[in-house]
Amino acid sequence: MSKTRSRNLFIGLCVAPALILLIVFMFMPTFEVFRMSLYRWGGFSNTQQFVGLDNFKLLWNDMTFIRSFQNSIFLIVVVAIVTFSFAVFFAAILTKENVKGGNFFRIIFYIPNILSIVVIAGIFSAVYDPSSGLLNSILGIFSLENLQQMWLGDQKIVIYSLAAALIWQAIGYYMVMYMSSMAGIPPSFYEAASLEGASKIKQFTSITLPLVWNNIRTTLTFFIISTINLSFLLVKAMTGGGPDGSTEVFLSYMYDQAYGNSTFGYGMAIGVIVFLFSFLLAAIVSRITKRDVLEY
Amino acid sequence: MKNSKKLSLDGLMRLFIYVALITLAVSIIVPVAWVFLASIKQNKEFYESPWALPEGIHLANFAEAFQEAQMGEYLLNSVLVTATALIILLVVALPAAYVLSRFEFRGNRFINGMVKAGLFINVSYIAVPIFLMLLDWDTGLRTIVGSEFLLNNRFMLALIYASTALPFTIYLLSSYFKTLPSDFEEAAGIDGAGYYRTMFSVMFPMAAPSIVIVILFNFLLFWNEYILALTLMPAENQTLPVGLLNLMAAERSAVNYGPMYAGMVIVMLPTLILYILVQKRLTQGMTVGGVKG
Repeated sequence: MSKTRSRNLFIGLCVAPALILLIVFMFMPTFEVFRMSLYRWGGFSNTQQFVGLDNFKLLWNDMTFIRSFQNSIFLIVVVAIVTFSFAVFFAAILTKENVKGGNFFRIIFYIPNILSIVVIAGIFSAVYDPSSGLLNSILGIFSLENLQQMWLGDQKIVIYSLAAALIWQAIGYYMVMYMSSMAGIPPSFYEAASLEGASKIKQFTSITLPLVWNNIRTTLTFFIISTINLSFLLVKAMTGGGPDGSTEVFLSYMYDQAYGNSTFGYGMAIGVIVFLFSFLLAAIVSRITKRDVLEY
Repeated sequence: MKNSKKLSLDGLMRLFIYVALITLAVSIIVPVAWVFLASIKQNKEFYESPWALPEGIHLANFAEAFQEAQMGEYLLNSVLVTATALIILLVVALPAAYVLSRFEFRGNRFINGMVKAGLFINVSYIAVPIFLMLLDWDTGLRTIVGSEFLLNNRFMLALIYASTALPFTIYLLSSYFKTLPSDFEEAAGIDGAGYYRTMFSVMFPMAAPSIVIVILFNFLLFWNEYILALTLMPAENQTLPVGLLNLMAAERSAVNYGPMYAGMVIVMLPTLILYILVQKRLTQGMTVGGVKG
C-alpha cells in the first residue's frame, strides 16, 4: 500500500512541474488565440465584446491581409522547391561522390542555421544595400550595372530578395537531414545498379529518392511550418513589412494588428486562419506525397 | 576512344560538382566574414568600395557598442536568461521524460499526447496572448503587492523559454530513455536504491549524450530568440538580439555603421565558437531533430 503511494508520489512530483508549465504557457495561450478571435477587443475600446465570426468576415475585405496571404503562399512554394532541390542535390553529392573536403563543406553549409534571424537580417541588409551593398558592387565589377536593383526598396523585387535570404538560411539544415538518411542506404544497392549499367542520375532517381522518400515527406511539413514562422521573423527584423506592405506575411500582419495596433481580437482571428491553413496545407501535402514505404 | 569520352564526361561532372559546392560555400563565408571585417572599419571606410580591406583594427566600434549602445548590459541579460532557461528546462524535462517513458500509470498516454500536440504550437502565434496574460496578472498583482514585475522580468522570460522548449525536449529525451533496457532499474532496485536514487544516479548519467544534444539545441534557440524577448520585455532587461535590433535601427538612421557590425559580431561569435567546437555532435543530433524556430 505504502509502496504504491510512494510510487504515485514519485510520478506526480516528476510530471507535475512539466504539466503545469505546458498548460500555463503553451495550451492556455493557444486556447486564448481561438477564444479572443471571437471578440472585439482593443483598438478604441478596452472592453471585450463577443462578436462571433465578425472578425473573420472583416478579413475577407482586408486587402492587406489578402496581400499577406499571397506573399506567404509565394514564399512557402518558392522556398520549399528551391531549398529542397539544392538540399537534395548537395546531400547526394556529399554522401555519394568522394568529394575532397566534404566535411569542410558540410560544416560551412550548416552555419546559417546557427545564426540568429536578427543577424541574418543584418547580413542581408548589408548584401542588398543599394549604394554600398555587396550584391550591387559585384554586379558593378562585372559591368552588369543594368542588373543593379534596389533589392529591398523595389516593391516588385523585395519578395524575391526575402526568399533568397530564407533559402540561404535553410539549405544546410535540410541538407544535413537528407544526408543522415542517405547515409543509411547500403552501398551494395549502388554497386548492383552500376553493374547493371545504370547511370548516376538513374541511380539517384530509382534508388536514393525512393529510399529517403519518407524523410522528404516529413521535411515538406517542416518547410510549411518553418517558412511561415521564419518569414515573419525575418520580415519583422529586416523590412518591417514594407515598402508599402509588399513584404507583409501572415504572422507579421497578425503581430502588427495584435501588438502594434492593439486590436487583439482581429489579430487573433488572423492567427486562427493561419493556424488552420498551415494544418490543412500540411495534411494535403502529406496526403498527395504518400507512397508505399520501401524497406531495406 | 569511347573510354576517354566517358572519362571527360566524368571529369566535366566532377568540375560541375566542385563549382556548385564552392559557389555555395563562398556565398556563406563571404557575407559572414565581411561582417567581421566591417566591425573593425572606421566610419569613413564605409563610403569606399565594400571590398576594401579594413585600414586598421578599429576596436572603438566595440567600445561604442558596449558602452553607448549598452550591448554589455544586453549581453549580461542574454547570458542570465539563457542559463536560467537551460537549468529550468533540464530540471523540469528530465524527470518528466523519464517517468513518461518508463512508468505505466493512469493518464500517461494522455500526457504523452499533450507533449506531442505541444510540438505543433509555435511561439510566434502565442507571443501576444502570453504578453496579455502577464499584463493581466500584473494588473492583479498591483492591487495586492503594489508593483508590477512579471513583464520585463528576466526570470519570467527564462521560465517561458523553458516552457516552450518542453515538448521538443521531453519528446527527444523520452525517445532515448525508451531505448534503455529495464535491467538497470531492476539491478538498482535489488541493490536497494529507491525511485529517486535510481533516477538520479543510474538513469540520468546514462542519458548524458542526449542531454548534451538538448543543451546544444536549446542554447542556440534561447540565445537567438527575439520575438518573445521583444514582446515581453518592452521597457528594460532586453536581450542581445533585441538590443541588436535597436542598434540596427539607430545606427542606420544616424549613418554610423561600425558599432552596428560590432553588435552583430557580439551576437554571433558565441554561437560560432560553440558550433566549431561541437559541430559533429550538432549535425549528428539532427537525425533526431525537429522543426527549427
